[in-house]
Amino acid sequence: MAVQSTTVDAKVAERPPASLYRDAFERLRKNRLAIVGGFIVIFLVLLAIVGPFVTPYGYDQLATNQVREFRGPLNPGQGGHLFGTDQLGRDLMSRIMDGARISMTVALVVQVTVLLIGVPLGAAAGWFGGRIDNLLMRFTDIVYAFPDLLFIILLTVVFKDTWFGKAVDGLLLVFVAIGIVSWVGVARLVRGQLLSLKETEFVEAARAIGVPDRRIVTRHLLPNSIGPIIVAITLGIPGAILAESLLAFIGIGATPPRASWGTLILDGQIWMSSEPHLLLFPAIAIALALLSFTFLGDGLRDALDPKLKGKQ
Amino acid sequence: MTATDDDRRADTGSPAVAELPEAVELPESISLETEEGRRLASQLADEKTKHARKLLEVRDLKTQFFTKDGVVHAVDGVDFELDYGETLGLVGESGCGKSVTALSLTRLVPDPPGKIVSGEIIFDGVNIMKLSNEEMRLLRGKRIGFIFQDPMTSLNPTLTIGFQIAESARLHLGLSNRAADDRAVELLSKVGIPRARDRMKDYPHQFSGGMRQRVMIAIALACDPMLLLADEPTTALDVTIQAQILELIRSLSDEFGTAVILITHDLGIAAGMCHRVNVMYAGQIVETGLVDDLFENPRMPYAWGLLDSLPRLDEERGSRLRTIEGMPPDLLRTGGECRFAPRCPYVRDVCRSAEPELTPRQEELHMARCFGTEPGGWIQ
Repeated sequence: MAVQSTTVDAKVAERPPASLYRDAFERLRKNRLAIVGGFIVIFLVLLAIVGPFVTPYGYDQLATNQVREFRGPLNPGQGGHLFGTDQLGRDLMSRIMDGARISMTVALVVQVTVLLIGVPLGAAAGWFGGRIDNLLMRFTDIVYAFPDLLFIILLTVVFKDTWFGKAVDGLLLVFVAIGIVSWVGVARLVRGQLLSLKETEFVEAARAIGVPDRRIVTRHLLPNSIGPIIVAITLGIPGAILAESLLAFIGIGATPPRASWGTLILDGQIWMSSEPHLLLFPAIAIALALLSFTFLGDGLRDALDPKLKGKQ
Repeated sequence: MTATDDDRRADTGSPAVAELPEAVELPESISLETEEGRRLASQLADEKTKHARKLLEVRDLKTQFFTKDGVVHAVDGVDFELDYGETLGLVGESGCGKSVTALSLTRLVPDPPGKIVSGEIIFDGVNIMKLSNEEMRLLRGKRIGFIFQDPMTSLNPTLTIGFQIAESARLHLGLSNRAADDRAVELLSKVGIPRARDRMKDYPHQFSGGMRQRVMIAIALACDPMLLLADEPTTALDVTIQAQILELIRSLSDEFGTAVILITHDLGIAAGMCHRVNVMYAGQIVETGLVDDLFENPRMPYAWGLLDSLPRLDEERGSRLRTIEGMPPDLLRTGGECRFAPRCPYVRDVCRSAEPELTPRQEELHMARCFGTEPGGWIQ
């Protein structure tokens, strides 16, 4: 007995103690694309947080000399504006930084909404099964089948003049609306996870020591599905950013002078032939954000997938 | 430590025969006239009934599974008793209802499709069939520990070993996180894991199969239960580890005075571990007795078959291993005949026309369900 224990012990002692997530992080670190994506994400978040404080111009600040004698947008580099200005003389870089603020907030608020609705709903459906599962999943199907854009437009119209519609320059309403139509995927994911996990023996073992059902779900089952949830949430962010930009492009969302990246593209396309930078810079910002979140999400999926363990 | 704990422990030496303590007479010094006297008298009476009763009495337990093909009679009228501190073996081939019996005792039969349709389970004087789900939950883990077959899948891969051991102490003993952790360290070293405190933060994948089963034992014993259900605890382990795990279960159950129901299809394990053995076949107990009586003088052809089908060291090389012909019966249809009749080499017409009862044999506590070995039967 003692011999057996010590040999096993020595073998384990050779490598540092590693949790599942530390292993996953090691795998993620080897994925160059995901790491680049991760750094760009961090950069964008920092940009959104500190950017507007360090630029010399406010996003809504007009170049006073230009108001007096209007000459149209400034080109990049002209008059101390690195990215140039728009037709009103507002610094494009500052406006893109403020747009980053909106986009990153979209990413956060929408995905928090998705988590708050999708995880409990999916967990309830998967855990209880039967009639409750049927009911919740048909509700999910309805939400899935309802045209997203129509729903969001309806919501914005209905709440337009309430405090909710005006909060955060009209953005909160848009964020929550996008969240309300986006949780379906996560709910289905969590349901599927719980359906298979609740049949496992460790759940039976937990029952056998008298763990209450609620605690089995929250402490034993959800930690097991946290990997897929993280991946789904990360991969859902580009969709949310794009949805907000799309809505801004058709004129729903931030009230001027605040501008999201979608609004900037909308404004910029008018000047496409003569002043392409007005379209180009916001478009690059969106593309960069979408790609980096997608790469990071893909990397996380590979890293957290236990089947890929030991490969690469 | 109370007097009953001491007695429980003392019983473990020879608990095979249910020894009733001599009748407790009221000493003359106790007068029922005074309140103090009445209190002492009722205390003595409690002690008396506690000795008279068993830890576990199962009466006519029937557990059925309602499937698309019909009702499966997985456990069909099982009766047995268990003394405080006793080790009882439950043996039989796959699908005979051993595990479902154990799950029924903790009311963990998956429902649907399973359901305990009738019977009484009296655990330490309480009919657990009448408990609410919440009361039952508080009993599990605290008074009844459960060790599962496969330690590789019975531990949650995302939680630390320490968390999983400390959990039941936190839930049932109301210990603080720190006290529960200390308890977990103590248990972990008790089940023979070296450097227990360091290993609390490890995850199950860092443990070998045998060590995980040790952890499972630590979890099952965390609250010092009165009954330990071990459902084929060594089936998934290799032979060298098997012996260690069984020895661990034996020594810890002796130390804690825990009664054990050991479910196994390995007769060798049952012979080495148990005081008493129940042989199950097709959802019923077909033979029960003290381990020596049953192995020396089995009184049911199925038990013979089981013993005969064990490979033996003293056999000639190349001789065929004997098997029991046929398959276990379909549990969808039962009744009307001896369930072993289709496979029994000694079968007679009477076996096909009525179902035998569990009747006593020569030795004390030895019972069998067979017409052929009843007094005056045709099998000797």
